[in-house]
Amino acid sequence: MIPSIELDQFVDRVMAELEKKLGSPDVSVTTESANSNAVTHSATDSGVVTIKVPQPRWEEGLAELIESTPARIGVWRTGTRPLTKEMLKFRCDHAAAIDSIYGEVNEKLLEQFGLFTVDTCYENTENYLRRPDMGRIITERGMDLIRESCKAKPQVQIVVSDGLSANAIDANLPDVYPSLLDSLTAYGLKVGTPFFVKGGRVAVMDHIGELLQPDVFVLLIGERPGLVSSKSMSAYLCYQPRKGTVESDRTVISNIHPGGTPPVEAGAYIGTLVHKMLEQKTSGIHLDL
Amino acid sequence: MNLTTTVLGKTYQLKSLKEVLAKANEEKSGDQLAGITAEDAKERMAAKLILSDLTLGDIRNHPLLPPDIDEVSRVIEDAVNDKIYNEIRGWSVAELREYLLRQETGNNEIRRISRGLTSEMVAAVTKLMSNLDLVQAAAKIEVQSHCNITIGQRGVLSGRAQPNHPTDNIQGMKASLFEALSYGIGDAVIGINPVIDSADSVKNILLATKEVMEKWSIPTQNCVLAHIKTQMKAIRQGAPADMVFQSLAGTEDGNKAFGIDVALLDEADELIRREGTGTGPNLWYFETGQGSELSAEAHHGIDQVTLEARCYGLARKYKPFIVNTVVGFIGPEYLYDSKQVIRAGLEDHFMGKIQQIPMGVDVCYTNHMKADQNDMDNLAVLLAAAGVNYIIGAPMADDCMLNYQSTSYHDIATLRETMRLRPAPEFEGWLNRMGIMENGRLTPLAGDPTVFM
Repeated sequence: MIPSIELDQFVDRVMAELEKKLGSPDVSVTTESANSNAVTHSATDSGVVTIKVPQPRWEEGLAELIESTPARIGVWRTGTRPLTKEMLKFRCDHAAAIDSIYGEVNEKLLEQFGLFTVDTCYENTENYLRRPDMGRIITERGMDLIRESCKAKPQVQIVVSDGLSANAIDANLPDVYPSLLDSLTAYGLKVGTPFFVKGGRVAVMDHIGELLQPDVFVLLIGERPGLVSSKSMSAYLCYQPRKGTVESDRTVISNIHPGGTPPVEAGAYIGTLVHKMLEQKTSGIHLDL
Repeated sequence: MNLTTTVLGKTYQLKSLKEVLAKANEEKSGDQLAGITAEDAKERMAAKLILSDLTLGDIRNHPLLPPDIDEVSRVIEDAVNDKIYNEIRGWSVAELREYLLRQETGNNEIRRISRGLTSEMVAAVTKLMSNLDLVQAAAKIEVQSHCNITIGQRGVLSGRAQPNHPTDNIQGMKASLFEALSYGIGDAVIGINPVIDSADSVKNILLATKEVMEKWSIPTQNCVLAHIKTQMKAIRQGAPADMVFQSLAGTEDGNKAFGIDVALLDEADELIRREGTGTGPNLWYFETGQGSELSAEAHHGIDQVTLEARCYGLARKYKPFIVNTVVGFIGPEYLYDSKQVIRAGLEDHFMGKIQQIPMGVDVCYTNHMKADQNDMDNLAVLLAAAGVNYIIGAPMADDCMLNYQSTSYHDIATLRETMRLRPAPEFEGWLNRMGIMENGRLTPLAGDPTVFM
């Protein structure tokens, strides 16, 4: 793992701000999704299940339920409304999720895996949010760089992109990437030249696919941040993506983060899917799993 | 067809019905993205004025997407009752609005004329209606449906229990489901979105939800929201599905991007009737949402309100049990902020109801949209006033698998108490027997999921 120190500092700052705003030093506001140790259960502050239901039929049973999901359950109520702390915790997590959209991927991480960077035509984050079409096109300069640097017609092309959460790449790439390479090697598959796309949308794989003509394309991209995790990554896979490829031709593995599909397992599973796509010469809903 | 008008001293000459419909929309980022929106407020008003004087006949005679090149258009066109259409073809869109809002016009009158309307006419009148118009007109319409139980009665607000889990963990799903049931949520459906779209995964989830339903004799229905092909495979392998699910788009090309067409829907329809576990006659669950056609580059230059209306025209063919727009899920490029989401939620609910669709709404937003939970509170109250059949119940409104926020178990319980609404009668009877509800209010037992352990 690459420790993302900056993020930790950032989280601490947010937490300090929140405590200040709530105006009470004994209010412990723990936003699990902002915690850099990744996802913990929403009702488990510091790993201990606190029971909020006053007289549950079965107390141990309730702890078991709460442990089984990151969903906000066993939260109890006042009348029909949520308890105050629970409601504020939700709002804190929302604040953290909004912040993660505006983050950037750690340069050192990209260097470590030898990924050079190209931009899409997104220009800036506001524009990226409003104009997904621009996130599907690589700039001319970027296309030149890809043409110069990448092996054409590879069996497998891997591309990484920040998408809607740079944090997702920082948190998961160090585990997913090596295990994906191992898995592809184990199947005897040949990988082209990987790179990083800044400001990418899923269909950017079609634009790149036209140029490099890979058999299978693997795009590792940050998902829209959620409240439980703002660091969830998706892998989009497609057999021969080209201009005009439809969404149902893509296979997706979503929720890649330590509280969802574990990154190391995800890497291995992506390798298996790539192998099946090459065997069946198809992907998406046509792929027989 | 007159496409000219003068607003504040400036004369506007629009070129086509398609352009009038697009420019008459309230401001939406999706129409801007498509490059079809009005240039400014004045042009928007010019388009609304032109539209108000067009007749229903003008709209039918100038198809935006001709039936011979688009099967969704064919489905909509085939469903029109020409006798009823001929009675109203001379009405202007303004007259249609006023007819819907008249005190003498009730549920039966709207149900009758709806058979003479196309989805494009429904979209047209929506563009002339204010938010409160949309609430009032929709509130007149009662659309009941029956899968294993009946929902949609006047005074009923149902909830979908949506106990998703980020790794499809069955225990985790059950935990969230128990919590839902303990708040009286789950009468619309126990509906789960799987992470892994495989027949095995679908089958396991259907078996698990069915087991809970049987163990506690819960009068409701189950569904797994995988791709229709995956569900069909699971059902053929013996999975117990009360309903089938599919996302719909308003054009043939949009549906192609979803990997479906009418022939496939027909095949699934036959399968769920023969091999499904639901009583029926309503055995479908559809989801829609403004912007999906543009997202698939399959919009043909048509605005997103009109395309959304067409989704309901297509859905109607299959007599669904429930349909909901996932209004704020698709993102800020289609609905930028809470103002646009609230408007779209009211539009979609009305456009579905007038086409006799048992309409629910996923009152929701993503974290990259300029909206927050307070905005969802607002929209949920507006929709409850409009008589929405159901909304979504996620634990504390946070879907930990789909990564967006909707409405919570608490919210549905609160809307019922505040707006004097009840769960579906059969489900409420069960809640009473379980001791979770009494005289329409939650008991002290409510909120304890271990009741179901």
